[in-house]
Amino acid sequence: MTALGPHSAYILASYAISLAVVLGVIVWVLADQRRQKRALSDLEARGITRRSRGKAAREQAAADQTAGERTA
Amino acid sequence: MALIDLANPTRFLALANRIVPWLAGMTVAAFAVGLYLTFFVAPDDYQQGATVKIMFIHVPFAWLGMFCYSLMAASAIGTLVWKHPLADVSAKAAAPLGAAFTFLSLVTGSLWGKPMWGTWWVWDARLTSVLVLFIMYLGLIALWRTIEDPIRAGKAAAILILVGFINIPIIKFSVEWWNTLHQPASVMRIDGPTVHPSILVPLLVMTLAFTLLFLTLHLMAMRNEILRRRIRALRMREASASTGVSTMAPADATPAQ
Repeated sequence: MTALGPHSAYILASYAISLAVVLGVIVWVLADQRRQKRALSDLEARGITRRSRGKAAREQAAADQTAGERTA
Repeated sequence: MALIDLANPTRFLALANRIVPWLAGMTVAAFAVGLYLTFFVAPDDYQQGATVKIMFIHVPFAWLGMFCYSLMAASAIGTLVWKHPLADVSAKAAAPLGAAFTFLSLVTGSLWGKPMWGTWWVWDARLTSVLVLFIMYLGLIALWRTIEDPIRAGKAAAILILVGFINIPIIKFSVEWWNTLHQPASVMRIDGPTVHPSILVPLLVMTLAFTLLFLTLHLMAMRNEILRRRIRALRMREASASTGVSTMAPADATPAQ
């Protein structure tokens, strides 16, 4: 590694601040992702789902019920 | 998959989930090579000495500050002209990233300017126009937070983005139009770069690394924004169901309809 010379403080400060901000942005994006996924799964756990998914679930339940009646 | 299929947020989410790990891996690899070249291979500049190492991060930050805003401008056209469902999501997700990179461009430029120019800051055309870009980013973030309805906020933001886009050519050509302390363009020139390859190659690799980082974070932030809007729509449905009032917002019509 080459020596950073008489202005090393400026060079190191540039890289340190950049690293801090970039890491901060990465952590913020990851934390936001976690927050959104948790909120969505909370809603789904309470039975509040998107219409397309809710419709699919209802159709699956109806199909299961029909199959159950046939086997009975 | 046709490009138009990506207008469907669910399909976009599936594609993003597949792409993000690859982009993240490429970002790490590019940074490993770029930082090795920066600290172990690239020589000191004959005039700047070792402070040229600040250029290996300052230039990518400045490039990304402008690239991100240009991407937001393209998204704004998508919002206003084609009402593309993901255009507003793209612009909103990009704004904080653009603000961060523009902020870092200003800070690293200052930290280079003090030992080289003898001053932290001058009110010349290049520095001032980049500061205006940073303020534009903050204003747009504030605008999105001020208006609760994401569709209305997206349209207002798209207009402001397009008005502010006039600043991008001003930043680019400021060093040619006015007499500034900032040096003229030395990489993106019609007659080719004026930088020696021993410094140009690390600079380009670091620029690639930061661009890949931006693309990774942008896709992740877009994914978050789609989920946020989906959650908002579900909560509205839940509220309307509990009060017995019908809502016009379907839960799966995520962003702009």
